[in-house]
Amino acid sequence: MSNEISVVRSPPHLRAASVAAFLVVWGTMLLVLSGCSKKSAPDATQGAPEGTQGKDLTVGFIYVGPKDDYGYNQSHAEGAQVIAKMPGVKIREEENVPETVAVQKTMESMITLDGATVLFPTSFGYFDPHILVEAKKFPDRTFLHCGGLYDETKHPKNVGSYFGYIDEAEYVSGIAAGLTTKSNKLGFIAAKPIPQVLRNINSFTLGARSVNPSATTTVIFTGDWSMPVKEAEAANSLIDQGVDVLTAHVDSPKVIIELAERRGISSCGYHVSQAALAPKGYLTGAEWNWGKVYTDYVNLIRDGKPFPHLLRGGFKDGFVKMSPYGPAVSEDARKKADEAKAKFMDGSMIIYRGPLKDNKGNEIIAAGVNQGQTDINLEKMGYLVEGVKGSVQ
Amino acid sequence: MINPAAPAATATAPERRRLGGAKARRLAETLSIRSGAVLTALLIFGVFVAIAGANPLEVFYEMYRGSFGSSFSFQNTLLRAAPLMLTALCTALPAKLGLIIIGGEGAAVVGGLAAAVTGLGLRGTSPWLVLTGMLLAGFAVGGLWIGLAGWLRVYRGVNETISSLLLTYIAIALLNHLVEGPLRDATSLNKPSTAHIGIDNMLHNIPGLDVHWGLVYGVVACVVAYVVMDVSVFGFGSSMVGGNVRAAQLSGLPVRAMTVIACLLGGGAAGVAGMVEVAAVHGKANASLVTGYGYTGILVAFLARNNPLAIIPVATLLGGIGASSGLLQRVFNLPDATVSVFQGILFIVILAGETLYGRFAIFQECAAPPATKPAVGNSSTPSQAVT
Repeated sequence: MSNEISVVRSPPHLRAASVAAFLVVWGTMLLVLSGCSKKSAPDATQGAPEGTQGKDLTVGFIYVGPKDDYGYNQSHAEGAQVIAKMPGVKIREEENVPETVAVQKTMESMITLDGATVLFPTSFGYFDPHILVEAKKFPDRTFLHCGGLYDETKHPKNVGSYFGYIDEAEYVSGIAAGLTTKSNKLGFIAAKPIPQVLRNINSFTLGARSVNPSATTTVIFTGDWSMPVKEAEAANSLIDQGVDVLTAHVDSPKVIIELAERRGISSCGYHVSQAALAPKGYLTGAEWNWGKVYTDYVNLIRDGKPFPHLLRGGFKDGFVKMSPYGPAVSEDARKKADEAKAKFMDGSMIIYRGPLKDNKGNEIIAAGVNQGQTDINLEKMGYLVEGVKGSVQ
Repeated sequence: MINPAAPAATATAPERRRLGGAKARRLAETLSIRSGAVLTALLIFGVFVAIAGANPLEVFYEMYRGSFGSSFSFQNTLLRAAPLMLTALCTALPAKLGLIIIGGEGAAVVGGLAAAVTGLGLRGTSPWLVLTGMLLAGFAVGGLWIGLAGWLRVYRGVNETISSLLLTYIAIALLNHLVEGPLRDATSLNKPSTAHIGIDNMLHNIPGLDVHWGLVYGVVACVVAYVVMDVSVFGFGSSMVGGNVRAAQLSGLPVRAMTVIACLLGGGAAGVAGMVEVAAVHGKANASLVTGYGYTGILVAFLARNNPLAIIPVATLLGGIGASSGLLQRVFNLPDATVSVFQGILFIVILAGETLYGRFAIFQECAAPPATKPAVGNSSTPSQAVT
């Protein structure tokens, strides 16, 4: 274009000065770059021996969100902290890793740069394809995934999967909620209508209705795992409808619990204890106890023993626990909740027993049929039980 | 600014040489200001990490180690850069015509969704056919998505920035609705997804590298976009539309059609990014398609000043920053947001650097007349103004 064509030229001395300035800028950049590459030669090898020293075990933890989210990721990070205290165990953590090739590269980076031999990629969506791809690439490393998806007929030998029957804890929470509510209206804010979530909603409701048959649970699905704004809107809307105990199944129930406290109603937590967010209204909560699970795994692997490929458990196996009761829980409620928990501990409690109807009046489980915790039908749950107001569609 | 006394066509030999010199100077000016901005951003970031309690030099070294320091790291960087090249084009191409499109994320999502549906439909035929079909479907649907924003802009006067952003939310809702409803594979219990397109039909790695063919798609798309937008007649017309819509209309250019076409091409590129996610990584469509590549692409396009060729190195740079983020967390216990802070600093410094263009006498073929103070960066009259 013609506007680049010049008429007047700058005086020679000025041009020389500018050229010099330009060269200085580029020279500095080149120096910095060459400095980096020179330094890299000896240091690049530093990472390798770390993992192979003696019997030291480097364990990598990968989280899909922030590890202090008062929720799912924090529950795993708390578990990681437990094994970090074990002698001879070093942990490496990375948070906010999306379920894309990014997590594959994080696993590889932990293996090649940090010398990690055991990996805990904790998000449900990390399993397929990401963990499966990396497990084939690194057959001598162990990949343990939270979600219980392992299938020995198609998945590699160096992969394991674990999950907890946290709906047992939801049932106990439901009892505390059912005996606390005055309006008999409970609220449940959930991410997606998938089997795992439906099972928690149903168990919570069955727990509440076991002690208070007139209690109902109104459920709102937000559509995704982390939608703080929608969760707050849902919480406000439920409270406006008269709900006086709120609980949730989302990645982080933080805003929901805080909002319940601010609006003067009670709440039950999920994933980890949110008692600190609601000192008055927090009743109890269903918590993971990953520290126990991770300690068991690390002990087995360090001793060179085979680890279980599919590990599941509830109260009895120490996979889940309850938050300590808050001040709003009555003596009677504590007693009833503790009784239910004791029944889970001795194995005599079955949540899903017939006859059971869904909230459209269809019979889901026939009279006389009991579906215990390990029943495969519960893994495919696609209904909401009688007493839940809401729809899976 | 235009100097009628020196038309290029009739330039004498020395003038022509100077013309070539002007181009080189302009390139040198851009490169120096950009690299100066990156250095400044590194400096500010160094202060930031020092306050956060880490040694800046060690942090820089680890960033280098995590992004370009070994063949593993470099491939990691390239793998992350590939989708950014494609999504950046979604912002860069319409920008040539003066549009600000920020909906690359939505185009990538619907592109990926369309690719998965097509892949499933063509399952059982040859992998080549499946992948070609997926590519075309991703391009077409991504293109239509942004093309709609362009159409709304020129025919209905709807602001394209807002509409393309809102279309992203619709795209994500559509994806969730379809994979949780009509397209759901019944066996995907707790992670609603479509069925798998089949391992044999997936896009493989480039031989000898741990990087999938998506990188080649990205580079080729950038080069093609450069030819279309900076060399072809269409590109020249686009610059005219971007410079002055009225003038372009008066010259008889089909401004509306051109705007929609640029949006179609840009959206198509982002749609291909979604297709690559499905074809090379997931093998199916699910909520993991919503990755934020579309948003990072806006940053890439901006840093590259919407020049398709510059997108390639800029995407690599941002891919490298992404690749190094894990190491910063693991080695220094710095929060994940650290690299976002760096990206933010980079963005602002480069924005501030925009004001420096034309202020350095060295890069001006025609410097300020002797009367003006010629001190570098201190000139009260930008020397450009006198050309």
